[in-house]
Amino acid sequence: MRYALEDAMKNEAYRDAAVELLFQLADDDFILAYRGSEWLGLAPHIEEDVAFSSISQDTMGHAAMFYQLLHELGAGDPDELAHARPASDRKNAILLEKVNGPGTYLTEPHYDWAFAVVRNYFYAQAKKVKIESLKNSSYQPLAEAAVKVNMELYYHLLHWKTWFSQLVSAGGEATTRMETAMETAFGDLDGLFSLGQKGAEMVKHNLIESEDDLRKRWVQAMSPVVASLDINMPEKFGMKSGNGRDGVHSSDLQSALDTLGEVYNFDPAASW
Amino acid sequence: MLRDKIIEALQTVKDPEIDSVSIIELGMVEEVENTPNGVFIKLLPTFMGCPALEIIKKNVVNAVTAIDEVQNVEVQFIYHPPWTSDRVSDIGRERLKEFGIAPPPRHIAETGEWQADCPYCGSTYTTMENLFGPTACRSILYCKSCKNPFEAMKPVSTLM
Ligand SMILES: [Zn+2]
Repeated sequence: MRYALEDAMKNEAYRDAAVELLFQLADDDFILAYRGSEWLGLAPHIEEDVAFSSISQDTMGHAAMFYQLLHELGAGDPDELAHARPASDRKNAILLEKVNGPGTYLTEPHYDWAFAVVRNYFYAQAKKVKIESLKNSSYQPLAEAAVKVNMELYYHLLHWKTWFSQLVSAGGEATTRMETAMETAFGDLDGLFSLGQKGAEMVKHNLIESEDDLRKRWVQAMSPVVASLDINMPEKFGMKSGNGRDGVHSSDLQSALDTLGEVYNFDPAASW
Repeated sequence: MLRDKIIEALQTVKDPEIDSVSIIELGMVEEVENTPNGVFIKLLPTFMGCPALEIIKKNVVNAVTAIDEVQNVEVQFIYHPPWTSDRVSDIGRERLKEFGIAPPPRHIAETGEWQADCPYCGSTYTTMENLFGPTACRSILYCKSCKNPFEAMKPVSTLM
């Protein structure tokens, strides 16, 4: 059956599972959009600066919409959910919180473009797989939102796939650096597919398909690219840094949240 | 009729970033409901992270509140049905061209590629420079006939 907001509020187990899933979706987009914003002015060329900031803006828009859906389900104020939750409450995958590279935005940012391309491409494809599944979600507001996200995601995926293919096949330093970046990404890729401890509940309530199904779909979608670029994709992916869905995070996340929330925390009651 | 006045008022609300075209012509107005408690307006955002949404909302409230008979106006952004680029009206497509922006192409190839004619000279001899333009809903192209760069509104459809 399809659940409207009122139906979800009447079924506690259902509501809790929906809330958990929405936190994962929102926090994933939120932190990656932030990492993307840190590239502003530093991307390889001006067109990429325009494109990447546009993508990050879309992605932050998706996060805001997921926080709004959480708000409707009684999880709290959207701004607070975005800015005021400590790292230990965050449900994003650890791969997405990792710094862009050595240095900080203001001091010596020696960011790694290869890692940015790999992370964003792998994530966009994983998000695509999830969004396709969510179009059939039993939670009606989420299924509707998925249709909207999908149309914007289409352009993101196209963008990152182009960069990915070009850099992997470029040879020399580009290929080597892409290989290194892929190794890092594969080592924590399972964190993207994890649905956390309420995963079984989510699947039982038809909120989303299982982790295994999502992972399989990802591998399937990637296989033509993997084959044509002769990429060495491991049989199994890892979760080396831990599972962000359980609130486990690296110190990278807390420092990102501190920077991101600096203005908000200065006066949380201010109206913008 | 009050409804006509409301539509007229909404016609004065333009896209803050493309001031030749109204939110009606862009197909953003989904529902106008006049109740004893006030006027309820449902709008469809073009792109979700669009920073102009709050400005549009405020402008809608101001424009409709200015009608004598209207006491209270509430504006809500909804995602369903999703805004798609085929909602831009024929007049809207003309107004976009006047502004120098090619209207969203009606056809997308199976590869996902699309083309837009030059809004200045009408030539089909154009190339894509950057899928991502200065705002979320626009791309940057180049006309090889009149040698002008131009922007096009991105095609967006549920088939993607
Ligand atoms: Zn031309």
